[in-house]
Parts: sequence; structure tokens; C-alpha cells
Amino acid sequence: MSRYRTALSEARGLGSAHHGSGHWLAQRLSAIALIPLLLWFCFSLLYTVFTADYAGAVAWISQPWIMLALILLVGTVFYHSALGLQVIVEDYVHTRWKKAATLIVLRLFNFLLAIAGILAVLRIALGG
Amino acid sequence: MKTADRPLSPHLQIYRWPLSMAMSITHRASGILLSVGSAALVFWLITAAIGPDAYAIAEGFFRSPVGIALLMLWSWAFFYHLCNGVRHLFWDGGKGFDLPTAFKSGWAAILISMAMTIVTWIFGFITLGGVA
Repeated sequence: MSRYRTALSEARGLGSAHHGSGHWLAQRLSAIALIPLLLWFCFSLLYTVFTADYAGAVAWISQPWIMLALILLVGTVFYHSALGLQVIVEDYVHTRWKKAATLIVLRLFNFLLAIAGILAVLRIALGG
Repeated sequence: MKTADRPLSPHLQIYRWPLSMAMSITHRASGILLSVGSAALVFWLITAAIGPDAYAIAEGFFRSPVGIALLMLWSWAFFYHLCNGVRHLFWDGGKGFDLPTAFKSGWAAILISMAMTIVTWIFGFITLGGVA
């Protein structure tokens, strides 16, 4: 079987999809990381944020550990979102240029939202 | 050339939807909903970063009936995606593939995610107090 593959293809080990198992693994690892992060966030929304006004919400976000957890959460959420949406587009969009355009736009949006969210948390916590 | 007598592959609406198929599609749909919900989370964070006036806009929206309905939808999408995602992780480990187990875990994911959503909102309305 391997005689049909070039030496370079075998050395890269990325298979016919050209990205190997990297995407698959990244999707699972980010999913596992999101389980505690999002359960904690839901709990915090119910017990802290819902009852807080502006000052209370800012005070909550400004605590160092909360700030760190929120940055991890926002980063991981949009990483996982980008990976998941990518698979859906790859499955249902078959015209080559449409697929490429959709993938690029979605990747940019997820990246932009992650950066915006992280910057917002930093600005709240560290003062504007 | 005569082709009319050939059997046609049935269209999607002909099939009886098995549980696994419906749940797989719902997993993707809830994932898309959660991507949109994550954008709403960033909107909330940005308004908090701008100041009290901007924050009041976000707060007003999320405490309006439409905002509460969206939060409920996103909370259900999250709990469903979480429960079914754990199911997927077990499958990735090669466990629970046989049909009886897949059915049981499927119904468990549906019922647990619904229970989590309901419990969340009972507490939600208690902590929110009087909602608009």
C-alpha cells in the first residue's frame, strides 16, 4: 500500500486530508478543557453576575483568578468554535472557492471575537 | 436511452429519523447556536470594558424577555452539547458503540441536558428576583 505514496508524503504523515490527526485531537482537547471552564462560568453567572450591577460585575471580573479563567475560557471557546464550524463547512460546502471563502471568513471572525473578548477582560481587570 | 425503470435512491424526508441521526444533527445545530452565543458573551464583556452607560444597554437586553429567551436557548444548547459531547468522547475511546448502549446514552444525554436547563433556570429566576 505504501508504495503508492511518495517518500515526502510518508515523512509528513498527514494523510489524504493534509492535516493529519491534529484537527481531531485539538477539537477533543479543547472540548475537555471547556467542560470545567463553562460549568464554572454558568455557575458564576447564576450566583454572581445575575445579581450584580455594573460595579459588581467589574469587581468580579477584576479578581486575578477570575480574569485568568475568563481569558482561558474566551480563547478556548473561540478555538473550539472555529474547529467545529470548519468541519460543518467542509461537510456541506462543496464548491471550492465558496468553501475556501467561508472557511477564511469564519476563521477571521472567531479570531477577532477571541481577541476582542480577551482585550475586554484585560481592560476591565487592569483598568482602561 | 431508457433510464426511467431504474430504482431511485429515496430522498432524505422518506427515512424514519433514527435517534442517533437526529441527535447528531442537533449536536451541530447547538454548536452553531453556541458560536452565536459566544459572540453575545463578547458583546457583554466589551460593554463592561467601555463603561456603565454601555453596560446598561447589555444589561437591559439580557434582562428583557427576548434576552432571557435567548439565554434559555443558549443554556439548553450548552447543556445538550456538553452531554452529547461527553458521549462523543466515550465513543472516541471506543466505548459504548453497540446499539443498546448508544440508545441508552442518547436518551440519558437528552434527559440530563433538559434537567440541567430546568434546574439552572429555577435558580436563575430565584437569583434574578423580579424579571421585567
